Amino acid sequence: MITFMNNSDSEEEPCNERTSLMSAESPPVPSYQDGLQASQAGEAQAHRKRRTGSSRSPNNITDGETSDSGVPVREGALENEEEELTLKYGAKHVIMLFVPVTLCMIVVVATIKSVRFYTEKNGQLIYTPFTEDTPSVGQRLLNSVLNTIIMISVIVVMTVFLVLLYKYRCYKFIHGWLILSSLMLLFLFTYIYLGEVLKTYNVAMDYPTLFLVIWNFGAVGMICIHWKGPLQLQQAYLIMISALMALVFIKYLPEWSAWVILGAISIYDLMAVLCPKGPLRMLVETAQERNEPIFPALIYSSAMIWTVGMAKPDTAARRSSQQAWDAAEDGRENHRSPSHTDSQVSETRSPIPTRPITSFEEFEEEERGVKLGLGDFIFYSVLVGKAAATASGDWNTTLACFVAILIGLCLTLLLLAVFKKALPALPISITFGLIFYFSTDNLVRPFMDTLASHQLYI
Amino acid sequence: PLIWVVFLPRAFFWLVSLLLASLVWFVSVRLSDRGDARLQHGLLVFGAAVSVLLQELFRFAYFKLLKKADEGLATISEDGRSPISLRQMAYVSGLSFGIISGVFSVINILADSIGPGTVGIHGDSPYYFITSAFLTMALVLLHTFWGVIFFDACEKRRYGCLGLVVASHLLTSGLTFLNPRYEVSLGPIFIITLCTGLWAFVTAGGSFRSLLKCLSCKQEDDSRVMTYSALRVPCED
Repeated sequence: MITFMNNSDSEEEPCNERTSLMSAESPPVPSYQDGLQASQAGEAQAHRKRRTGSSRSPNNITDGETSDSGVPVREGALENEEEELTLKYGAKHVIMLFVPVTLCMIVVVATIKSVRFYTEKNGQLIYTPFTEDTPSVGQRLLNSVLNTIIMISVIVVMTVFLVLLYKYRCYKFIHGWLILSSLMLLFLFTYIYLGEVLKTYNVAMDYPTLFLVIWNFGAVGMICIHWKGPLQLQQAYLIMISALMALVFIKYLPEWSAWVILGAISIYDLMAVLCPKGPLRMLVETAQERNEPIFPALIYSSAMIWTVGMAKPDTAARRSSQQAWDAAEDGRENHRSPSHTDSQVSETRSPIPTRPITSFEEFEEEERGVKLGLGDFIFYSVLVGKAAATASGDWNTTLACFVAILIGLCLTLLLLAVFKKALPALPISITFGLIFYFSTDNLVRPFMDTLASHQLYI
Repeated sequence: PLIWVVFLPRAFFWLVSLLLASLVWFVSVRLSDRGDARLQHGLLVFGAAVSVLLQELFRFAYFKLLKKADEGLATISEDGRSPISLRQMAYVSGLSFGIISGVFSVINILADSIGPGTVGIHGDSPYYFITSAFLTMALVLLHTFWGVIFFDACEKRRYGCLGLVVASHLLTSGLTFLNPRYEVSLGPIFIITLCTGLWAFVTAGGSFRSLLKCLSCKQEDDSRVMTYSALRVPCED
């Protein structure tokens, strides 16, 4: 859910921001709250997912199984095999995550480099009210820190709200929220994006065609994300959503605030996932207790795990939510899948006889996959996009940040394989990314520039 | 897939080495007199040399890391052998080093080449782009070859080879310092590339015969098939 929420929220926020800018009204606070919650939800979901993944390893929630007892026995015997599989699949998982993250970043960087719109400063989100056009450096720093505090607190409030909603089973509300956000993202932001791209390349397009294209795109996207659809299409849509969201962030966050926010978000991510009282952790735990998947629209999953029919009366509802969940695991959540999927896979592979009989109402298709929250995608892309937009060393800095983020992702996946718990995907990657950005921009760039001007190679 | 996992950290290591080298250069520039052009040039040379040495150091560090990982993989895998051989890893790591260093060197130039402008308007050589392209290609290839040779030398503990690799890297980098005079730098660099390529090929176990076998591999397969079918016939009878 959280992941879902995040999407919707964040989308709503900028949306409201825009409308408020256009209509010169005071920004509606609830939507702001919604937006934040969405992002928090996304994060929470991500965290939850992670946790779910980890706690799920013995459980296999998607199977709705109860093979817990079978698990320890199995695990003992198959530990070695599992380890080997973990490693082998670890590499595969890493690749499965690299490709979407890379694609998302490529889209964002390509857009930033070509479309002027996203690098122009046209106002700020209401979540970052303090401007950075101040005369002194100290004032600017103070403003950016204040902006960050506001944004993070909004996110925290939203996540907590989402967790509360989830705890008190207000599923309809959450679903509605998520659907609203993805609607807004798919239609409104795509419209704006398309408009800007067409403007940049001076391509004329009439409104009926535009309407048709956007309608098709949005409708298929809604179906793919919230219901069923081919896995690849779903992944593509999730990547596009993340890219759009990241572009909005890049456009509307003032510079220093963006960097401070990135840092603060990774710290928050770390805490929310690992602390016992963290909202995301609670979300994951609750989801696990109820044997339910977390909302699909916020999580990217590299492999489709369709719900396994369960011999329980409320299967139907769960099934659809599960599907959505599996599909949408792109949300903010960080990896959770390796442990999750590993356990799932091993479960499907060996303990078939030990598994309790579950009546399969639906075709069960399980594959190993890794799940990464959409929020992670968004923030990775924000980092790389900002590096592309603002760094004067241009491509070198962008490349350095890109490699740093991928390495962080690699390391996090490794840790995930080792710890088999849900882990925050943001901190390591963002830390590396930030370090590399600042150091490449200030240290490496003059060096490389001087070398290149003399055509020296090292 | 495992190859990519080897590929990326290598690029990362190169970046780190570049970072450290530029840190050294930056500090030295700050501490020195800005106005003196010769000193700046000298510092640049120094920075480049430090960078080369750091690159080789990180190549060595990566080799150690890969060896450990290789052992780990070998113990875990079923048949006691790691899924990716050391040779492959050497090749991939050299390639990765080469690609990232090549990309870093050339991508800004490429980006500028799309934009408007005239090459060499201030009296520099008009062949800037072409030579940059060639040099980058040579460098990428060289890094790949050096990777293979380096890993092999470390495996067999032939430190002379190691030293030769480092020296040739320094030499290549030094040659680029002569750059506006392209005949002097491009020619030797390509010769070095060819020699290193041959050396790497030999080190990787290739030879003229294996090259021929590769080119005529189809015939070999056929003969094997015939043998198999020849074996089968008696059983069916």
